[in-house]
Amino acid sequence: MQKTFNNSAVMNGHLKLKLGSFELNSGEFTLPLQGVTVLFGRSGSGKSSLLRAISGLDESVSGHLEVNGQVWQNDQQTLAPQARNIGFVFQDAALFPHMTVRQNLMYGLKRLPKKVAKISDSEFMEIVTRVGVADKLDRAVTFLSGGERQRVAIGRALLCRPDLLCMDEPLSALDWRAKSQMLSLIEELVDAYKIPLLYITHTPAEVERLADRIVFMHEGSIETIETLQQALARADSPLFDEHGAVSVLVGQPEAIEEGMRPIRMGTEKLWLSDNSVFSKATVRVRVVARDVSIALSNPKDLSIINHLQATVTELIPEGENRLLVRLQLEDGQKLFSEVTNYSAQRLNLQIGLSVFALIKSVAVAE
Amino acid sequence: MLELFGTEINLGPIWLTLEVASMTTVVLIVLGTPLAWWMAKMRSSNKVLLEALIALPLVLPPTVLGFYLLIIFNPTGQVAEVLRWFGFEGQLTFSKTGLVVASVFYSLPFAVQPLMHAFEAIPQKLLDAAATMRASVLDRFFTIVVPLSQRGFLVAATLTFAHTVGEFGVVLMVGGNIPGETRMVSLAIFDHVESMEYDQAHILSAMMLIFSLTVLMLVYGLNRRFGVKIG
Repeated sequence: MQKTFNNSAVMNGHLKLKLGSFELNSGEFTLPLQGVTVLFGRSGSGKSSLLRAISGLDESVSGHLEVNGQVWQNDQQTLAPQARNIGFVFQDAALFPHMTVRQNLMYGLKRLPKKVAKISDSEFMEIVTRVGVADKLDRAVTFLSGGERQRVAIGRALLCRPDLLCMDEPLSALDWRAKSQMLSLIEELVDAYKIPLLYITHTPAEVERLADRIVFMHEGSIETIETLQQALARADSPLFDEHGAVSVLVGQPEAIEEGMRPIRMGTEKLWLSDNSVFSKATVRVRVVARDVSIALSNPKDLSIINHLQATVTELIPEGENRLLVRLQLEDGQKLFSEVTNYSAQRLNLQIGLSVFALIKSVAVAE
Repeated sequence: MLELFGTEINLGPIWLTLEVASMTTVVLIVLGTPLAWWMAKMRSSNKVLLEALIALPLVLPPTVLGFYLLIIFNPTGQVAEVLRWFGFEGQLTFSKTGLVVASVFYSLPFAVQPLMHAFEAIPQKLLDAAATMRASVLDRFFTIVVPLSQRGFLVAATLTFAHTVGEFGVVLMVGGNIPGETRMVSLAIFDHVESMEYDQAHILSAMMLIFSLTVLMLVYGLNRRFGVKIG
């Protein structure tokens, strides 16, 4: 699949919409069109409205929008959604119930404009195999499971040769197992086809797994646009839920040793008990700050296997008697540890101190 | 002429009735579809007024509707003048064309309501999805809306046809009772009764009864099997 946008492609605009008591007023925004951009916010914060406005699906939207130098909307004109070259995956798949899986997949393919390269039979098979519906082509869509429906919806969107993919909470109707499989699939597709993705979710774990940058939405407006690392560096990040602060470490998976999967980060390794197959060259590992303890020396007789050398870079008070400790690992990555004030005093934690971060449990971000 | 049970039946009114009903059905599906679509997508409070206006023929005595149409169709009136401007030289009162036009008004709710309900039942997301896959408005209509509201179209057509076959008051007011031009079955039965020709009246009435029952069974059968909403 060819890549239409170059690396400097951006989307910029300011979109407004009034729907009853709800008002979308995005404010001026600029988004790089590469990788995964997550629209994050509570329900009712305007994520879906903004994505629909970007796609041109709401006629009453006003404001302006330019994508890679092309005007999609301004005061004089609005480009119809069918002319915007986007692939849209809806929350509940929105498959056409009167068509088979194949007919659904072919709908966009048949309407490709002449100037866009055709999709050959082998490319069709490659895409449907990759999304995992190759053996279900002649089924009626009403007999598919939730996960299968979303796979068809994603395949259908890809087969339109979109310049931009939009997904509106594509996992919200799925059970946890299907969710985790779909996340792997989305990750794989983003990697393979290099199509920029706008992705809506209100689940922090999905953000941590997929996002390159995050658009934080609140009451119909864009609050900030940050990279994942910027968003996770804030102690008060909206991504932190009832489990407290979270860090995401990036590393390269290596071959399994003694039943454990090593993840290389600089000269150190993080050991995962998760033996799933990784098709990607790098993986993101999610570490909850409460699962990270601090030791002044490297303890040998401990059930915890992950001991990483680190330096204390910041101490942030958390509530009455807890402390959020920002650590810098050997390779420069940041890691949060949450300890009690009592422990901090006992260890005499200070900025610049060399410590060992003991990580009780780690998981591939899911 | 057809001989049935030893009685001569004039088939003219039957053919005329079928002709008027077919033309009305075609005209109403063609005109009623965009109207029903527009109403199904309407969010403003005007929809209530429009729905009520379209449902009027359901409650209004047919003679009232017929009376107003007669006034509007007046060959020396303004409507006729406007039509002449557009090159229509015939007259609408006491003519087959007039009958079809009147039937279109009279049967409007029977076409528009099932279509509107069918259109309203189609999730907007399907149309949005089709739009993002580069389908134009008409393309979306014919590939998504029409196939998904097939039953609505079937019910609308059947009810319109059957209702037009059964009309009396409007036909009498607008069309008069001209043999071969505007005398439909319902009027023919009335005439036979008036002139004490009970045999002919019996046969025609029985035919109407069987026809109506068949049509209704068809509609309710569809309704039961596919959950089509009527009225």
